[in-house]
Amino acid sequence: MPPFDPLYTAIVIVCLVGGVLGLCAFLTLSERKLSAWMQDRVGPNRVGPGGMLQPMADGGKFFLKEEVIPDHVDKLFYIMAPAVAVGTALLTLAVIPFGSTTPAPDPVVGSVAEYELKQAEYQSHFNFVLNPGLDIGVLYLFAVGSLAVYGVILAGWSANNKYSLLGSLRASAQIISYEIPLGMSVIGVFLICGSLNPEKIVAWQTANGTYWLILFQPLALVLFMTSSYAEANRLPFDLPEAEQELVGGYHTEYSALKLGLMLLSEYVHLVGGSFMLAVLFLGGWSFFGLEAVSADPIVAAVIKLAILCGKMFALCIFAQLVRWTIPRFRFDQLMNIAWKVLLPLALMNLICVMVVKQLGAPLVVLTVTSGVLVVGAGLFSVWTAGSVTNPKRKVVKLPAGIPAGVTYAS
Amino acid sequence: MPIPESDVTWVAEARLGFWEQLYIPSMLDGLKTTIGHIFSPQVKTEQYPEQEPKMPANYRGVHRLNRDHDNRVKCVACYMCATACPAHCIDIVAAPAPTEWKDREKYPETFVIDELRCIYCGMCEEACPVDAIELTTLYDLTGLSREEMIFDKEKLLSVFDQTTKAGTDPVRTRAGRLGAASDAPPGT
Repeated sequence: MPPFDPLYTAIVIVCLVGGVLGLCAFLTLSERKLSAWMQDRVGPNRVGPGGMLQPMADGGKFFLKEEVIPDHVDKLFYIMAPAVAVGTALLTLAVIPFGSTTPAPDPVVGSVAEYELKQAEYQSHFNFVLNPGLDIGVLYLFAVGSLAVYGVILAGWSANNKYSLLGSLRASAQIISYEIPLGMSVIGVFLICGSLNPEKIVAWQTANGTYWLILFQPLALVLFMTSSYAEANRLPFDLPEAEQELVGGYHTEYSALKLGLMLLSEYVHLVGGSFMLAVLFLGGWSFFGLEAVSADPIVAAVIKLAILCGKMFALCIFAQLVRWTIPRFRFDQLMNIAWKVLLPLALMNLICVMVVKQLGAPLVVLTVTSGVLVVGAGLFSVWTAGSVTNPKRKVVKLPAGIPAGVTYAS
Repeated sequence: MPIPESDVTWVAEARLGFWEQLYIPSMLDGLKTTIGHIFSPQVKTEQYPEQEPKMPANYRGVHRLNRDHDNRVKCVACYMCATACPAHCIDIVAAPAPTEWKDREKYPETFVIDELRCIYCGMCEEACPVDAIELTTLYDLTGLSREEMIFDKEKLLSVFDQTTKAGTDPVRTRAGRLGAASDAPPGT
């Protein structure tokens, strides 16, 4: 393990949290602008040039609004919920390698001298990651990520309001369901790279040229992306806060900065998920040799940071495009997708990876199997004509006339 | 009332083919449409305070009292608008017309419309037999007090002057002799 330097760590934390929160503010702007352009509108254009300062106005509004704590809420949990939501969302950023990382050396069986040599070599690299050499990296990420549902559940339950409770119940069912395909889909990546450490996963992808894992695990990428949208409660899966049905969902009773924190945590989830997508599947800080144009370690670190952040931002924008393109799923469809589509596909993909690794076959086979699995799933759905994913209940046609027991005022 | 069974049409959900069951192609198809709109925007938004909207001629905005050729108020104080008004926002006090006004018997001494009470239904305009009251295309009526929004005769006439001068609402009613409502009642 590298030595712990409190000052350096504090600087990294400040940069990281400040940067991510600032980015989240501007993601709200890009969300509004993108949706406006898609729908042939103009979008916010009053605050600052072209509406660029809109996030400041929004944030300022959250600060200045009255902080209403309704009488009927459970005060402790009510106040705790936004903190839990934002805290757990921000914690996920702790293990993301922000460019120019060198994985810590493996344990040495040989001499102490060899160990010292490797350590010295490792120390000579500049690492911009909060938790360097954390071998449980991605596992930690899933552990903390699934805690995020507590923020939602606490918010919904403590608000003592049926809409909030319904929203948080939906959220808990949804997030627990989508945790499974989320985790299952990336086990293949770990098997291929042989590590849970995101630094090592990036190193594997850049070790021999540009072999990003999207080449070998395209299906896992799609599954992971879908599940991470569901985890972040983004639109195709935003049933917990479906405003047409649930007023505001779990954050109905929140106002002022607490509401701001609730909304913020959603964007932090999006940023964290996009970072993980970039690191796990899209080669982290590598971009077709662009990362190696400068030999200067500081410049190279800046370039790599820019590449990773660029990928993350592109993925965030893609999530927003998807959000404004696809309508919300029905709840049964939501559950069907998780349990009857994503999970079996992830499991079969995992089996393919296991078989390929065991037989020592080239990894290109996995690309083929991903395609075969997608086409197979499509064919299977056509063959079963929706009987797998459609609800099993029969549509009962009532006889004409007034149903029994119903009376109408004449 | 429940809907009779004969009026109900059952629409079967379209069967999805292989291409749709793959889901990803249909999603990309949707993205193609939305991204297409980003790059070829057809924005129709009016930038309101900077860009004034062009109202249709039959827009029902602020009232005006029309003037005739001699710049006199056209109104003959027949009370038909006040009677027709469903919001009871028109208050008229009639007086005998000045003797030199040969074409009518009465004229409005005061003519007050409470613009806050008015529902802008245009029934006063329809009821008026001499086309004296009209609704203009002025839509941005604002005021700082309730009193300010009670328009008297002078104000309503000035709306006429303003709108005809600006050309937003040209005189669109027939000129010439006033209608039958201006005549003295039969038997006097």
